[in-house]
Amino acid sequence: MDFKGSDTIPGPRSEDHLPHTAQAAVKIVIVGGFGVGKTTMVGSVSEIRPLTTEETMTQAGIGVDDNYGSDSKTATTVAMDFGRISITDELVLYLFGTPGQERFWFLWNGLFEGALGAVVLIDTRRLEVSFDVMGRLEERGVPFVVAVNSFPDAPSYPIEELRTALDLPPDVPIVECDARRRASSRDVLMTLMRFLHSLAMSGALT
Amino acid sequence: MTPPQRKRRRSRPDVPPPPPPPSTPPTPESGEDGDNKNPERLYVISGADGARAELDLVTLIVARAAPPPSVTPEQAALLRLCLAPLSVAELSAYLNLPFSAMTALITELITAELVQARAPIVRQALPDRSLLEAVMHGLQRL
Ligand SMILES: Nc1nc2c(ncn2[C@@H]2O[C@H](COP(=O)(O)OP(=O)(O)OP(=O)(O)O)[C@@H](O)[C@H]2O)c(=O)[nH]1
Ligand SMILES: [Mg+2]
Repeated sequence: MDFKGSDTIPGPRSEDHLPHTAQAAVKIVIVGGFGVGKTTMVGSVSEIRPLTTEETMTQAGIGVDDNYGSDSKTATTVAMDFGRISITDELVLYLFGTPGQERFWFLWNGLFEGALGAVVLIDTRRLEVSFDVMGRLEERGVPFVVAVNSFPDAPSYPIEELRTALDLPPDVPIVECDARRRASSRDVLMTLMRFLHSLAMSGALT
Repeated sequence: MTPPQRKRRRSRPDVPPPPPPPSTPPTPESGEDGDNKNPERLYVISGADGARAELDLVTLIVARAAPPPSVTPEQAALLRLCLAPLSVAELSAYLNLPFSAMTALITELITAELVQARAPIVRQALPDRSLLEAVMHGLQRL
């Protein structure tokens, strides 16, 4: 087929298309600081090869990088990778590996507001890189679970010690995972869904 | 060794979201990959700014008809891609367009009644338990 101007872009393979019956989608965000394994987790559970959506933001230059003249504006391209899991013929789940810096989140309409919930990935060698993102989720009232990504040389803390360090209430699940393994990442998503379900149940009772 | 200590934050659902910093659609100068040569494409992207429909990353887009001859090559490519449903995010990835440019392009096609948008299911104060159960069943089969 003659796709004018699109010959450099790899299109979807036939199995990457959704059935015509697909009616609606839900989304889950996978967040955490730099290098905690967000992309790895998206890739390990996705039924399509992970894709990337980009957004460009332009900020006024701060006079540091003035090579291109005095009216310096810096265009920053922010990329977010995502994957997909078909739930039924009608329902699709999307997973977004979201950049850790909150200042980028507004770029995508409703990314957090509409998400069912979030997985916060942490690396115990650098716990603090995921602190900010947890605070932001709390402020926005986005329910989340914490997944401890097991890096080989990372210190191992008892879960309750982590709960204290992360200042998390007793009902918020904290689980260990290996983001490279599909079954492990799937279990993290199941933990999130069970948590959301329990919130829905307790909400229904009050 | 003791881990670093975090302090929990209170939920502030009443706080309005921060105003978005200025964001601009791609301009000819900012396109470094050379696929901005098509003037119609530039028109499509810059002309539709401000007319963004409330499209979510996971709104599903489906073509209503085969591309009529009147559409731009870019619109035609999008219409061919969504002969079966695809999310706005997937279209953005496959067409290599930023999300804002993608929503502008789709908004035009919705207005022209060439595509249909299927809205996502978003989180609500009281989540739909049957929806959560359906997702769990789907994940179990993975
Ligand atoms: N041992 C081990 N390595 C992992 C695991 N998950 C990710 N990695 C590795 O850690 C590195 C960073 O993982 P990414 O998935 O790119 O992390 P990210 O959060 O997407 O990183 P940024 O997008 O750059 O913030 C990669 O080299 C992965 O192969 C894990 O569970 N165990
Ligand atoms: Mg990444």
